[in-house]
Amino acid sequence: MTLTIIIIYLALVLFVGSVSNRLFRRTGEDYFVASRTIGPFFLLMSLFGTNMTAFAILGGSGKAYHEGIGVFALMPSISAIVIPAVFFFVGTRVWALGKKHGYLTQIQFVRDRWGSDIVGLLLFVVVVLLLIPYLLIGVMGGGGALNRITGGDVPQWVGGALVTAVVFAYVCFGGLRGTAWANAFQTLVFMILGGVTVYVIVKNMGGLQDALNKVNEKYLVREGNFQPLHLLTYTFIPLSVGMFPHMFMHWLTAEKASTFKRPLMLYPICIAAVWIPSVLLGVLGTVDFPGLKGPQSNYVLIQMINKTPGVLAGLLCAGVFAAIMSSLDSQALSIGSMFTNDIVKHYRQGEMDDKQQVAVGRIFLAVVLGATFLLAQFTPRSIFGLGVWCFSGFSALFPVVVAALFWKRSTKYGALASILTVILFWIVLFFYQGGKEYTFFDSGVMPVTAMFAASALAMIVVSLLTQPPGEERLARFFPAGKE
Amino acid sequence: MKMLLYAALAALILLHNDFWYWNDAQRVLGLPIGFTYHILYCAAGSVMMTLLVKYAWPASLEDEEETDAPE
Repeated sequence: MTLTIIIIYLALVLFVGSVSNRLFRRTGEDYFVASRTIGPFFLLMSLFGTNMTAFAILGGSGKAYHEGIGVFALMPSISAIVIPAVFFFVGTRVWALGKKHGYLTQIQFVRDRWGSDIVGLLLFVVVVLLLIPYLLIGVMGGGGALNRITGGDVPQWVGGALVTAVVFAYVCFGGLRGTAWANAFQTLVFMILGGVTVYVIVKNMGGLQDALNKVNEKYLVREGNFQPLHLLTYTFIPLSVGMFPHMFMHWLTAEKASTFKRPLMLYPICIAAVWIPSVLLGVLGTVDFPGLKGPQSNYVLIQMINKTPGVLAGLLCAGVFAAIMSSLDSQALSIGSMFTNDIVKHYRQGEMDDKQQVAVGRIFLAVVLGATFLLAQFTPRSIFGLGVWCFSGFSALFPVVVAALFWKRSTKYGALASILTVILFWIVLFFYQGGKEYTFFDSGVMPVTAMFAASALAMIVVSLLTQPPGEERLARFFPAGKE
Repeated sequence: MKMLLYAALAALILLHNDFWYWNDAQRVLGLPIGFTYHILYCAAGSVMMTLLVKYAWPASLEDEEETDAPE
């Protein structure tokens, strides 16, 4: 029954994606940024759905299983203010420049801002490498979820293949519009079903108070689970949205600047709506499924869902799939877009017409998703751990976009130094503890703090030591008299 | 007004660090206080963004809406 419902749900997602294909204008701009025609509702659903990954739905509940209610403070509540603030200060300005200069990708903007191919190419390599773990989170999460929900009857690779194939189909035919429509549908599904899940499970446990009374008190406080400095330095993590190529791509789709207004206001509420069930169910999972070790806990949510009646379990599992696919689609499309526009189109001799751009974009989409699926079969690491390292790298690159938008004196050498510093620090800090999540000397200070500070310092020092950019270039990005 | 709102935003980000509830498990609105505080914090985030949108929206962005095709 559960499997049937999931298959029906996947068919529905395909249907939504295929309907959007009727509006497809068969141009590169339409395929990659929906011809910049997306309104407030679809923008909110796209931005939010893209950001809510298996990291939130599965990893969040898994982390809450080990560390208690403090996980809500650690990640979602700071994201509820930092992410919309980044959209407000960075996203809206990127949209304006994208519209003015016709950008389709983040790399085009950075390359143009400093007039440097090298900066663009280096950022492209770094961003793609950092995005791979993030893509893996989706495919691994989908496979693991289906495996657990069917009690091991469906092998993990089948779930991963199913998620990959469905995402490929609707992104391939609908481009970004298909992605936005499918995201809107899927985001509504996982937001509504998240609430239903909590209600049903908590009711089965005798109500909220009874359920919480059964939880060991150590999971209801933060003492002993993590340190205050951990909470403080985690603030850097949500800055990663400022450098996600898929977020950049969604910003460019907005019809008008004012399209951002309602999404900005509602984003914090959406975060709370998704993460409250995720964290609460993780904590309540300690009662029914004690003793789960490491990555096993990533699927505690699925085990909780399995306690509900068949039809509901199927619907709830579809909600988990919805969260996973609504991120995977945008991430894969953004990489395909960068390969098409920043590598093939930029470096080949001669023009590319719209048909060629769309065809190349689809080929790269297939390559990216295929490679992700294969890699996911050999990657054993815990979902949440992968996410934090990926976010740390993107957060450390945040000074690049801030300098590009707000600091006239920043130079291409400053940008290069900043990106190279991130690469160096990321490699050293990642391998220092073998890719595990850790804090410096168990103080609570996260590695992202050092990465971010070094990146910002490199940008400032090297920019000040090198020749300022010319007036003509600056005038393109900082018109006189504008804020 | 803009500067005041930017300062309020910075203050709100600092208020995220509720060290004072670190080891407090008392229930408020049915949930442990450390959880309830952060749910309300999300609501405060929404109010903050509403104020920024209404009173600190960059005028240059409205100008961009008048722009037609890309250069």
